[in-house]
Amino acid sequence: MGQVITYREAVAVGLAQEMARDPSVVMIGEDIGAAGGVFKATAGLLEKFGPERVRDTPISEQAILGAAMGAAMTGLRPVAEVMFADFVSVCHDVIANQIAKARYMTNGQVALPLVVRFGNGGGLRFGAQHSQSVESWLMAVPGLKVVVPSTPADVVGLMAAAVRDDDPVMFLEEKALYPTSGEVPEGEHVDQLGTARVRRDGADVTIVALGTMVHRALAAAEQLAAEGTDCEVVDLRSLVPLDVSTVAGSVRKTGRLFTVEENPRLCGWGAELASIVAEECFYDLDAPIRRITTPHVPLPAADSLEDAAIPSVERVASEVRSGLG
Amino acid sequence: MRPVILRPVISSATAPRARDRSPTGPAPLELRAEMYRAQVRVRYFEKEAYDLFLQNLVKGTSHLSIGQEAIAAGVAAALRPDDYVFATYRGHAHALLRGAPMAAVLGELLGRQTGLMAGKGGSMHLTYTPNNFMGSYAIVGAHLTIANGAAWSAQYRGTDQVTAVFFGDGTTNIGAFHEALNLAATWKLPVVFMCENNLYMEYTPISQVTAVPRPAADRASAYGLEPVVVDGNDADVVYQTTLEAASRARAGEGPSLVEAVTYRHGGHSRADPGKYRPDSEVAEWLAKDPLPRYRERLLHDGVESSVLDRIEAEARAEVDQAREQAKAAPVADPADVERQVFADGGATWRR
Repeated sequence: MGQVITYREAVAVGLAQEMARDPSVVMIGEDIGAAGGVFKATAGLLEKFGPERVRDTPISEQAILGAAMGAAMTGLRPVAEVMFADFVSVCHDVIANQIAKARYMTNGQVALPLVVRFGNGGGLRFGAQHSQSVESWLMAVPGLKVVVPSTPADVVGLMAAAVRDDDPVMFLEEKALYPTSGEVPEGEHVDQLGTARVRRDGADVTIVALGTMVHRALAAAEQLAAEGTDCEVVDLRSLVPLDVSTVAGSVRKTGRLFTVEENPRLCGWGAELASIVAEECFYDLDAPIRRITTPHVPLPAADSLEDAAIPSVERVASEVRSGLG
Repeated sequence: MRPVILRPVISSATAPRARDRSPTGPAPLELRAEMYRAQVRVRYFEKEAYDLFLQNLVKGTSHLSIGQEAIAAGVAAALRPDDYVFATYRGHAHALLRGAPMAAVLGELLGRQTGLMAGKGGSMHLTYTPNNFMGSYAIVGAHLTIANGAAWSAQYRGTDQVTAVFFGDGTTNIGAFHEALNLAATWKLPVVFMCENNLYMEYTPISQVTAVPRPAADRASAYGLEPVVVDGNDADVVYQTTLEAASRARAGEGPSLVEAVTYRHGGHSRADPGKYRPDSEVAEWLAKDPLPRYRERLLHDGVESSVLDRIEAEARAEVDQAREQAKAAPVADPADVERQVFADGGATWRR
């Protein structure tokens, strides 16, 4: 039996596990040390590992990401925090032009074993510049791995896998999930990148979701079960690598695919997944694939507006209902 | 406990290295002759690269260092083999003087399988990590922040490796410059920031677009650093300045920002004839060409002209051989397109 901890605590647990194991793992970011992180996700790590390994920076996202890159090229395994995922846009050059491409451009001379942590997604009423789900932006850049855990156990296990991976991993922590709790395994926990998990078995419908949306998909599945519709819920967990085989296996069983995406509509990860399933599972489908997403709008701040924008349990259930015909 | 994870360092027979130097003493004559060799090698290489352009054998773009060789030679001679070097898209000189094999550099420009990166990087991304030449970067300013990372790594690992990073005058006006300088100064990172001020940001005079007359040095005080402006056409001066800056960095005294003033004899890039520059200005700087100037000085200081003649002949032969090797090499392998995106050597994004 493992311990029950919050998603927020799991971040520090996962990082501490890796830092204790490997002295080349170092952290940098704004307010991550003495303040324990703006989201308090790194609380206690400065005390445990000291200021040389948990290093506070100025508000300089380019400098933070560049430092992580240069350190990764020269033998360290840095974990950099970008705080609100929206800020990826002020350091996107380092991520998209430098980090993602260095191995390729140098024909493998350079390795970039680094992790970039982001506080991703909405639900906290922060408005359009502090609430975005940026996973689809990152997924679009060749050379990056993109991970979005939905449970405390996955935060620990996927963090460990990300730190140990020899490629740059974009690790998107869901801000809305920080206060949620779950059990984490006893002892060292290392998961595998690029593997989806079936969170609920079902025979009638496949719902693929990511991060915060996994929990809404599961709640919608319960409502639908009461009405006689048996939903299978797949937690994608990772966009790159993308676990197509788990999704395709589920779709071949159910014949129906719904995606639940917090990102705005256009070019969301669900569009890529729908395209793959349409190409490879066309004759297994009994109905059109349907994507349930935030509309193609910036996220608004007010409770009633943000709630109306991001897919809710009710909207997921109702769209699945109408998709069943 | 700090991990010490050093990459293998292979010193090159052709790269000039400092020997028996002291931070304050002049460079020994033998080393200065090697600095002359470095400048000649770069000059001949760059002229060859230009000729190959005219023959349409080099595609895309390329940015030559003709006229700026003294900075490359002086810095290269002052660094240790285990130091890190980061350069810009105008980086042929720095790659060569860090020991990247000339035939492989030329092969990269020609898009050959034998290229330094098998044709995947091209002129603007030359990288040779066996000698800690950590890359050439084509987004202005970005690599200053990355150079900080290598310096941070050295600082954390407890080595006294220094990171030298080259950049142009135009870089001083991009945000990453400020972020990098501030972080380096705050963390006392062992970095030598070497501004190659060739007076033009691409096609526009740097003075027209900069609020202060000395684009790098006049910003130094904002980071608590000394303003340093040196003659970038004098390899001896650049060598001394770099040696002192590196020595301070190794001693934990933090970064230096050096503005080395120079001039490129040609345009910004392949496409640019450089006609926006007044004839009188070009003439003035051609008269300050670092190569004949350095040759004269070495002769004056007692180097036999036969020694310098031999250096020139050897450089000529090296370039000729590199050209023939590169031209004879097979073109880059299309199978490489989907290699080395990820650490497993491939490009697989799904399972």
